[in-house]
Order: sequence, then C-alpha cells, then structure tokens
Amino acid sequence: MNLLSGLLLVLGAIGSLLLAFAASDKVMTFHAVLLLAFFAIGAYLVFRRKPAASIAGYQDDVIRAGAIASIFWGVVGFLVGLVIALQLAWPALNFDLPWTNFGRLRPLHTSAVIFAFGGNILLMTSFHVVQRTCQARLAGGWAGWFVFWGYQLFILMAATGYLLGVTQGKEYAEPEWYVDLWLTIVWVVYLLVFLGTLWKRKEPHIYVANWFYLAFIVTVAMLHLVNNAAIPLSLTGTRSYVVWAGVQDALTQWWYGHNAVGFFLTAGFLAIMYYYVPKRAERPVYSYRLSIVHFWSLIFLYIWAGPHHLHYTALPEWAQTLGMTFSVMLWMPSWGGMVNGLLTLSGAWDKLRTDPVLRMMVVSVAFYGMSTFEGPLMSIKAVNALSHYTDWTIGHVHSGALGWVAFVSFGALYYIVPVLWQRQRLYSNRLVSVHFWIATLGIVLYITAMWVSGILQGLMWRAYDQLGFLEYSFGETVEAMHPFYLIRALGGLLFVLGSLIMAYNLWRTMRGDLREEVDPMATPAAAAAAAS
Amino acid sequence: MIKHATLEKNSILLTVLILVVVAIGGIVELAPLFYLESTIEEVEGVRPYTPLELAGRDIYVREGCYNCHSQMVRPLRDEAERYGHYSLAAESMYDHPFQWGSKRTGPDLARVGGRYSDDWHVAHMIDPRAVVPESVMPGYPFLADTPLDYANIADHLRVNGLLGVPYSQAMIDNAANDLKAQLDPDADGAEALVGRYPKALVRDFDGNPDLISELDALVAYMQMLGTLVDFGAYKAEGPNLR
Repeated sequence: MNLLSGLLLVLGAIGSLLLAFAASDKVMTFHAVLLLAFFAIGAYLVFRRKPAASIAGYQDDVIRAGAIASIFWGVVGFLVGLVIALQLAWPALNFDLPWTNFGRLRPLHTSAVIFAFGGNILLMTSFHVVQRTCQARLAGGWAGWFVFWGYQLFILMAATGYLLGVTQGKEYAEPEWYVDLWLTIVWVVYLLVFLGTLWKRKEPHIYVANWFYLAFIVTVAMLHLVNNAAIPLSLTGTRSYVVWAGVQDALTQWWYGHNAVGFFLTAGFLAIMYYYVPKRAERPVYSYRLSIVHFWSLIFLYIWAGPHHLHYTALPEWAQTLGMTFSVMLWMPSWGGMVNGLLTLSGAWDKLRTDPVLRMMVVSVAFYGMSTFEGPLMSIKAVNALSHYTDWTIGHVHSGALGWVAFVSFGALYYIVPVLWQRQRLYSNRLVSVHFWIATLGIVLYITAMWVSGILQGLMWRAYDQLGFLEYSFGETVEAMHPFYLIRALGGLLFVLGSLIMAYNLWRTMRGDLREEVDPMATPAAAAAAAS
Repeated sequence: MIKHATLEKNSILLTVLILVVVAIGGIVELAPLFYLESTIEEVEGVRPYTPLELAGRDIYVREGCYNCHSQMVRPLRDEAERYGHYSLAAESMYDHPFQWGSKRTGPDLARVGGRYSDDWHVAHMIDPRAVVPESVMPGYPFLADTPLDYANIADHLRVNGLLGVPYSQAMIDNAANDLKAQLDPDADGAEALVGRYPKALVRDFDGNPDLISELDALVAYMQMLGTLVDFGAYKAEGPNLR
C-alpha cells in the first residue's frame, strides 16, 4: 500500500516537473512548481516513514493541523475582507496596481473565508466527528493527510492565481480548470476517507451529523463538476472557456452558487451544530424525528432555490417563479433545524450565563434563524426588485457568514483545541467572552450599515422627481454610500480584532498555559473558595 | 415501508439516496433551458465577438469587473430609463461564461457601448475620479502600457467554436489579422473584418496607434456592449414573449 501510494506520488512529481518545463504561461510554471514540491515532499515522507508503532486509537494529528489551518485562514480571510471594505470607502487604497485592485482581491476574500476558513473547519470537524461517533480510526492511513495538504495546495493555487489574474470569471467558482481538477482528486479521496471511516464504525447507526457531512461532500462534488465544466485552450496553459453560455450558464452558476451556500455553508455547518452543541450543552439532540425531517426536506428544497439570484433577468419567468416558491418553502426546514439546535439546550439554559463558548454556539444558531428568514423574504420578486444588485445582499450574506458560519466555527474551535491538545480548559474564558462581544458588535454594525445602504441605494435608483425624471444620477447614489462603507469597515475591523483575540487564546491553550481567572463555570461558593 | 433506520445503517444506500434527492431540483430547472425554444429569443444582429472584442472581454474577466458591474438590465421602468431596453437572453448567448453579475457597486454595463467617447473611457480607466469625482472604482493605468498578448487568439476562437459559438473557419484563420485590422481603418483587412463581423467598430481605441494595448481591447469590447440588436425592429410578442 505504501509502495503503491509512494509510486503514485513519484509519478505526480514527474508529471508536474514536465508541466513546469512545458507550461505556456508563467502562472502555470509557478503552479507546476508548487505541485512538484507537494508530490516530492509527499513521496519523501511516504518512503521514509517506518511502519507506525501504533495505529490504535483516533487519528488526531490531522485534526490538530486542521485547527491551526482554520485559525490561520480565518484571520487572513477576514483581514482581506477588511482591506476591500476600506477600498470601497477610500478607492486610493487600490494603489492602481493589477495585483491589489478590488476586482482581484474580492474573489480572494470570498474564497479565503468560504473555502479556506470554512473548508478547513469542515475538514477538521468532519474528521473529528466521524471518528468519535463511529468509534473508529480515520480510514486510509496517510489519506487524511493527503486530503489536508492537497486542500491547502488547492487554496494556494486558487489564491495566487486570482492575484496574478487567473480566473474563469464565475463568482465563488473562480479557480481555473486545472485547479478544479486538482480539487476533484482531493475531494474524491476525502469522500473515500469519510465513507471508509463509516464502514469501520462500531455503532450500528450512523449519527445525524454524519448525514449532513455526507450530503455536503456528495452535493458539493456534483455542483463542482457540472458548474466548472470547461475546455482549456491548451493542456499546458491556465486559460479555459466554460462549457455553458449565457442564460444556461447563469442558472448553472446560481444553482452552484446558492448551493455552495446550502451545502458548503449550511449542511456542513449544521453537522457541526448537531455534534458540538449537544456535546457542549451535555444534552441530547432535542428531537430525533425532527432531525430526520429537517435533513431530507432541507437537502431536497435547497437545490431548487438558485433562480432567486436571477429575478427579472433574461432567465425564463417559469424558472424564476419556481425558484422563488422553493426559496419561501425553504424557510420551514431551516427553522426546523434552528429549533432542533436551540431546544437541545432544554434543561441547560443556565449554562449560557457561565459558558461563553456555548453562548457563541447558541447565538450562531439564532443568526442562522435570522438569515434564513431574511433569505426567503429577499427571494420574493417584489422585494428582490429593490434589494437585488444592492448592499442589502452583502449584508444578508454576512449575517449568515459572520453570525452563523463563523460563530459556530469559533465555538467548534474553542471546543476542539483543549480536547485535542489535552488541556484541562481554555487558556482564558474571559477572552472568549471578549471575543464574543467584540465580534457580535462588529456583526451588528456590519449588517445594519448594509441594510440601510442597500435599501437607500435601491430606493434612490428608482426615485423620480416631480417632472417624472429620474431624481438621482448613479454617481449620487455611490456618494450616498460612503458613510455606511465606513461603518461597515469599522464592523469588519472589530470582527478581525475578535479573531486575533481568539488566535491568541487558542495559541496559549495549545502551549498549555492557563490564565488565572475566576472560573465562570464554577458555582459561586467554589469561586469564593478559590479566590480566598 | 422502509424505515429510516435502514438508511442509518447503510452508508451506500444513504449516499445514493442523498444524490437522488439533491439531483431532482437541478434537473427539473436546468434541463428545459437547453431544449425549450422560448428560452433564447429570436432576434437579428447578435454575432460572435471579433477577436479584439474577445480579447477585451478576457481582460474584463481577468480584472474581475463582474464583481461590481452587472450586464443585465431588468424590465423595470427606472432601469429602462437609466440604461435602455431590458437585456435579452440572446444578447449573451455567446458569452462563456455569462457576465450578468450580481452587484452594482458601479452602474450596469449591458448597454454602455456608444454612450461615452473612446477618450472618456481612456481617461476613466487611467484615473476614474478624473472624470467621475464620486467614483470608487480602482484605477487601471497599467492597461494602457501593457501590450496585448494575442499570440494564441486563434485558439480562443477555435475553443469558443467547439463550444457552439458560430466562428467560421475563415474567422479562425484570420483571427490575428482581424484583431490588428480592427485598430486601423486604413488596414487592408478592415473591410473583410466588417464583412465577417457586421457593426464592428474600426478605429484605434486607446489613442495610441504605436501600441496594441490591453486598453485597446477593453475599450473595443465596452464600446460594442449592447449595440448589436436593433430594438426598433425587435418584436417582444409571439414566441419572444417571456
């Protein structure tokens, strides 16, 4: 097995070496060298490694690496977000250079937060949850490591490509054909590792969190393959043309784009909710029956919602109506899931007062409920006529992305780091509390600023004066956005600060430091005794 | 009646059923777009991009212009007055990929062609705030100095042709010449170019005849956006009614 995998890696190294010499553009050369380094180091490690002394127990080293990668990419992604928010407030910050303009940095931000931060969180937690709930070691030996490093390489090639102007020009699917192919290989191995671990399970039942992870992995594979179908100009160049065109491409793209939200940012993170919230609250999931209904209705309905991104466009009206209808229906399973998460705290609500990590998780579920109400509202055509193309959409995305996805991820990180580094607790619960409040304040500033600027701009675009002429030029509507862009950037700054506090806290936890502080988890009597 | 426990105990069954359940919505919504004839209107005038326009579109995609500019005018009163006739599906049927966009940090560009002079575009790309003081657009001064790389322009046409864009063999064979001819009204090939691509604009777009720059291509692309269909003759009724 080791010999075979080693040979495959050597073959990959030779292939990327040839590609590096044959490449018809500089970016391809650069990325071929990255691939070469990946394969060469991988082959070296596989051949060098002696048979492991013990392969008993869980494989936790790859999860620890995932935690570190998640923290790193989170901070990077939020920071790039702050930079582009500031660029919209002060355009001089684009520096008139190709590599620093908003058009190239914005995909860097979205990919960094969704795929780098979110993706690493999903890899890390799924490897953790599937081992613990199956009571089995991760399948495939070194395959988990291949998935982890292969995924980092995917991120690196995508991100450097954007900055150097390599993109296929589809939102949230910017990586070019060869990067997409690389991700496909990594993803297939990921699926096999996950399924292989399920096959080794000692529990007869597959736990609900794993259904969601499975749906996330399988559906993202389907979306990725169809949406990114492309023909390259040459096999040694970066540039390709997407197979789909015009209106068909538009719907394929938003079928992909909306379900990147639905399955990457929702199903995967619901799996996190279904494992870590009960764990932290030390209560079972509220309703088993509700989780079955929640799961199947959510994954069935989500897929249909894509056309609401294309209201009043050249997409046929029947498709728009279908998309709107299913988007409104989607409200119900979304709230079913929220209810299942929140009511898991039945009998443990008092912990919200004392456990800032649980507080973060619960607020994330509340944000999930809020943005899954706002989404169906915005998918109604009459509302969408106003909200589409404006900052309202940006605000909506961030209430989901910061409030739900990031907060539940922070909760999982705060849970996972002390467990996997075998520390008795976090370095500081006070700092978790500070992170919680500073980040919450940031989110509130962000989304309220975007609500106001979005609705304001939508109304200004359609305002008429007494004589029946359009009242505002486009430039005037841009000018009106300025104060809200400042408030948004301030919100983003607070969120970045929060993530830095988290990074510091988790780093100290990994080192094994404990900050001396009154344990808010303790009873008042115990706290008084500790203080005296 | 299958119990849910059966699924919970069989990972392959669970995986297959997930795939079936998530495939349905996409199939029902996407597949008809490829065979319902009413999806793309019947309309005169839409043609493939000239080599220079295609190269310009490439730069539009590379710089991520779609992050802030839509190319899709909705059939709403204020948009018709601000931007012009609502966009037809036919107008982007040769776009791989589509560039309808999702956000208007800047204005819609679906019908920007012919609205401003070439000089305005050049000044605007070099320093947006020189012509639009309230603009928040990045400056792109480097486009004017960067030579356009069109060595493999014929490959671009050929691959688009493979994907169904009606590029003829003559168009592919003459791609590089057509690209140069579009920048010079006195060139030998200018007439043949307009014959192959009706309504193609032939002139030096960036005001610098010594260099075929990326800005030439980008301005050529923007100046033709939304200009191909004659809306005086377009009939929205009948099979074109959406």
